[in-house]
Amino acid sequence: MRTRKSHLLLVYLTLNLIAFCGMFVQAAHQRSASQAVLQRNRTLVRQLGLTDLCLFTDARYTRHPAMADLHTPFQDYPMSFEHFPSGSLMPPPPHLRSHGAH
Amino acid sequence: MARIERQKRIIDFTLSSLLRRKGKNLALIAAYSWIVFLLASVLFITEAIRREAGLVLQDAPEIIVQRLVAGRQESIPVAYGEKIKTITGVRSVKGRLWGYYYDPTNGANYTLVVEEDRLKEAGRVIIGEGVARNVVGESYGTMPFVGYDGAYYFFEVAETLPADSSLVAADLIIVSATDFRALFGIAESLVTDIVVEVRNPREFETIAAKIKAMLPDTRPVLRDEILRTYDTLFDWRGGLIVIILLGSLMAFIIFAWDKATGLSAEEKREIGILKALGWETADVLMIKFWEGATVSLLAFFNGVLLAYAHVFLTESSLFEPVLKGWSVLYPRFALTPYINAYQLWALFFLTVVPYTVATIIPSWRAAIIDPDSVMRT
Amino acid sequence: MIRLHHIRKVFNQGKPSEFTAINGIDLRIDVGKITVLKGPSGSGKTTLLSLIGCMARPTSGRIFLQDREITSLPERFLTTIRRSTFGFMFQQFNLIKGLTVLENVMLPAYPTDSGYSELKHRALHLLETFSLSHKSSAKIEWLSGGEAQRVTIARALVNEPSILIADEPTAHLDTKLSKTFMEIMTRLNQEGTSILIASHDPMVFAHEAIDRIIEMRDGKMVPTGAAA
Repeated sequence: MRTRKSHLLLVYLTLNLIAFCGMFVQAAHQRSASQAVLQRNRTLVRQLGLTDLCLFTDARYTRHPAMADLHTPFQDYPMSFEHFPSGSLMPPPPHLRSHGAH
Repeated sequence: MARIERQKRIIDFTLSSLLRRKGKNLALIAAYSWIVFLLASVLFITEAIRREAGLVLQDAPEIIVQRLVAGRQESIPVAYGEKIKTITGVRSVKGRLWGYYYDPTNGANYTLVVEEDRLKEAGRVIIGEGVARNVVGESYGTMPFVGYDGAYYFFEVAETLPADSSLVAADLIIVSATDFRALFGIAESLVTDIVVEVRNPREFETIAAKIKAMLPDTRPVLRDEILRTYDTLFDWRGGLIVIILLGSLMAFIIFAWDKATGLSAEEKREIGILKALGWETADVLMIKFWEGATVSLLAFFNGVLLAYAHVFLTESSLFEPVLKGWSVLYPRFALTPYINAYQLWALFFLTVVPYTVATIIPSWRAAIIDPDSVMRT
Repeated sequence: MIRLHHIRKVFNQGKPSEFTAINGIDLRIDVGKITVLKGPSGSGKTTLLSLIGCMARPTSGRIFLQDREITSLPERFLTTIRRSTFGFMFQQFNLIKGLTVLENVMLPAYPTDSGYSELKHRALHLLETFSLSHKSSAKIEWLSGGEAQRVTIARALVNEPSILIADEPTAHLDTKLSKTFMEIMTRLNQEGTSILIASHDPMVFAHEAIDRIIEMRDGKMVPTGAAA
């Protein structure tokens, strides 16, 4: 007869658990593998005197949040896409948005 | 062994009973997995960025002195540096030249940095990986720049920074001091800001206070503040996404609650039959426990594993529009996987436990019904 | 042997809907016999069956099973006794939809400690006895009425009970199937199983294999019917 359903479930959950542990192993492996890169980036940061990660190049204060006046009301222009909640509710007007769109 | 065998039989029954409403239950698991996937992806991204920032930026400048004019940052006189140097405890003072350049043809923002040790020669630039990938392309050549006075400059691309430096340097263009001043029209007596090194790390705050007192129009930024900015920023960004998710989360919770708690008449009848056939109350509750546990465990594992693959193996491809935002130059989000086990535990307890409990509790009343109820109907 | 001593069963006690289902019954049922509880619906047959089968407790009075007083046992023990001593067949077949025939037959044995393969073997053997082997992996909802009836018998027998309890077993069967059912009961009885049936179907109580008829009305035994 067919395999018992409970066995199928237990096998599946065990596989998941293995994959779950594998995730931690893979992460640890990746981390140690990227040590060299990390060191190199740290050197670059020291040499160039960098202050921020290059994650969002939309605007000054997203490129260099550490260097920005986070509490100045208007940072680049009044309707800029910024990280305060109002910015996610109020997009720039269309005629400005078409400029520099990709 | 007998006890395990008994549980396995109960699981057999539970699965048969779940498979009866195959479509509905699979849809439930899929929706549940999707929610876990989104939450776990956000957790993974924010945690990885925060940890990466914490590690990489440990070597960021200790104190940066900016000059503020009418609430905006302006260039700072080199002479300010000379004054700061006289403060006891200051090891070195160095003026930085850096800024942004907007490239109208590509619509991209670059960060221009001067590093004399790396590039002294005028007329040449070293570009970051993002610039090379998105703008210049694979072939080296020259890059045109428009100066503050409208004059054109053509700089030769001397070198590209290694691809794996993307996370700190994707949009960088390293230029010589001469070219930088010529491009932006900055006088020799001015620099962008001043980096101050301090002998004793415990004196950061005292020295920052002294600088502020000596030069009232400046603002010292401490490295600790930079790191803290990242902590709050990504807690905040992550939080924002979670708030946005909250809507769908609530919808799901209502759906799941209804599904898990609502015992249909048929289910009640079944519980009655099982009781009549000699199942104990504990066995009946066990069915419900396994029902909730199966659904939520599957969703938890599927969601978390998919999220891990998504964030760290496919570079968060689904979130690309969000992560890119308005940027033309964006780094590869090839993040180093930092997993916060505590966060995963929290996610586990927020998904598996409430769902399982919500499944068991309503069946409690049904499970204690008298076995002879079947005979009476 | 089962002994009932001054049994009373009152439902919804103290409420306006209070209703006495069993009103003072003294009875002795011997092993190895086929006993039929006969009476119109509402006469208390089903209630009496559930009391004997340890499914419910009497409001007052005592029940003895092989000289063991079971009325005061805690629920866990009652469940264990019910599982090991009795096999049940309900008026509605009460098979569980979505499960296969084999799974349904094995259900009463799930909470026991018997091994899986042994249990499966036993269930398959029972299905074979009732010529249902070919249906073992079929879903319950695909069965005909007669097949479903035989599955319920197999299910009642899977824990190898010494007493089989059937409540109106022929209510949903035609004459031919009712006849077959009684034949099966006769055979099981010959093999040593005690059988207790509640029914008002002449196909059942007029059957030649019946050892004893207990007639009931309004929660009491009708004295004239008490003779075997």
